[in-house]
Amino acid sequence: MQTYDLEANGLRGLNSALQELNGSSNKTAWEIVNPKGSHAIAVGLNSPVDVTVKGSTGYYCAGMNQQATVRVEGSVGPGVAENMMSGTVIVEGDASQYAGATGQGGLLVIKGNASSRCGISMKGIDIVVHGNIGHMCAFMGQAGNLVVLGDAGDALGDSCYEARFFVRGSVKSLGADCIEKEMRPEHIEILKDLLARAGADAKPEEFKRYGSARKLYNFDVDNAQAY
Amino acid sequence: MCGIVGLFLKDKSLEPKLGDMLTDMLITMTDRGPDSAGIAIYGADTAGRTKLTVQSDTPDQAFEGLDGALAEALSGDVSIRVIDTHAVLEMPAGKEEDARNALAELRPGMRIMSAGEAIEIYKEVGLPEKVAERFNVRGMSGSHGIGHTRMATESAVTTEGAHPFSTGLDQCLVHNGSLSNHNALRRRLKREGVRIESQNDTEVGAAYLTWKMQNGATLGEALEGTLEDLDGFFNFVVGTKDGFGVVRDPIACKPAVMAETDQYVAFGSEYRALVNLPGIEDAKVWEPEPATVYFWNH
Repeated sequence: MQTYDLEANGLRGLNSALQELNGSSNKTAWEIVNPKGSHAIAVGLNSPVDVTVKGSTGYYCAGMNQQATVRVEGSVGPGVAENMMSGTVIVEGDASQYAGATGQGGLLVIKGNASSRCGISMKGIDIVVHGNIGHMCAFMGQAGNLVVLGDAGDALGDSCYEARFFVRGSVKSLGADCIEKEMRPEHIEILKDLLARAGADAKPEEFKRYGSARKLYNFDVDNAQAY
Repeated sequence: MCGIVGLFLKDKSLEPKLGDMLTDMLITMTDRGPDSAGIAIYGADTAGRTKLTVQSDTPDQAFEGLDGALAEALSGDVSIRVIDTHAVLEMPAGKEEDARNALAELRPGMRIMSAGEAIEIYKEVGLPEKVAERFNVRGMSGSHGIGHTRMATESAVTTEGAHPFSTGLDQCLVHNGSLSNHNALRRRLKREGVRIESQNDTEVGAAYLTWKMQNGATLGEALEGTLEDLDGFFNFVVGTKDGFGVVRDPIACKPAVMAETDQYVAFGSEYRALVNLPGIEDAKVWEPEPATVYFWNH
């Protein structure tokens, strides 16, 4: 276990040290102390390293992650795990806006609540939020799964493509072209796996599934009102 | 961008440290707004007295003998406390309007930053650290305060365009965002007789609240009104003589974090503005909901 004091040694040193592991198979454990809401902690990682951040972070924590496991023992600011490709990011607290935006793979787990625009334009990432999510989540979601154990805010899945949304609580409103869909056995299986990997204590049967009605894929003047 | 900080103390023992804590918060937000900075601080009030904070680009000439001249014009006792480009004039309560008229004649070109029993506003162009130093904000005490670091978007980088804006007694407002209907609203408010001095969108927001309250709304109701009548992006943090309020527009894309303990309520555009506050590790920390009014009173 290596400990890095972010306040004493600076962000550039941290990200350089972590990125030097990129391409190697070094499975090293790192602990980052004194994050104090700093931006861009543990970004651009590309090796199966384990990073634990002891406290809350600012913008873009664990952005562009590949292979690494990043755990934040606190809350995160806007854009956690943005454009993640693979690996796992776990947030013990809450997440601010656009958590997991444009993510292409990997698993993002938020143990608290996520704010607005969680999973916006998701492209293959799996996101599990133990609490609630805010408005405009998964806007233009293209692929991947967004699982919410709590409630969802306004306009869930607005203008979405093939991403799947599983919500256990209430949904304040669905966005344009997003509809409730039948929960088939294959969805139960997907959800069971995601809940287990996210350490979530919930049964797949308690969730409703939402997704695209596929009316907005191609421009049709009859749908103009919905855009 | 722009950075907002705010601190509302519940624990009186922290009051001597208010300026020091606000300064740290303000400097942390420099990279959200390096163009200008300002603070509104609610300090001790003297019964029966009103404070007018004024600013001049030529303080040596403007403040020389100003207390005497104003005392004569108002036929009342006036004291002056000069801090760099600003001065706090204290006068008998109820003379605020007369003082404005007298100052316009005595010292044309001098700007009035705020008026009220407790409020003082200090703001200038430049890096937040330098601005805080010029006014020795660290040394100020008070019950609550609001600060702003500005990245100019809607009007020029001038002292006049810096936040906070005060358009009513003991009221002030800071803003992160941009209003899109401020020109139309400015015209409407001016027709209603509200005083608006700059071309800045935020001043219109402040004036809107003042106008609503002059027409009988509580501050909470006035803040609710912004959600109907103001178009654009806004995080507003407002101060009154004994209160502190927050509202975000329904889209809420401008960042905001709040923290509350038994000792204080704090607002920051980012969490890192709050990290040095006492007991922050155990504070309730949350992101204020869109289109929701939050308000605290002493």
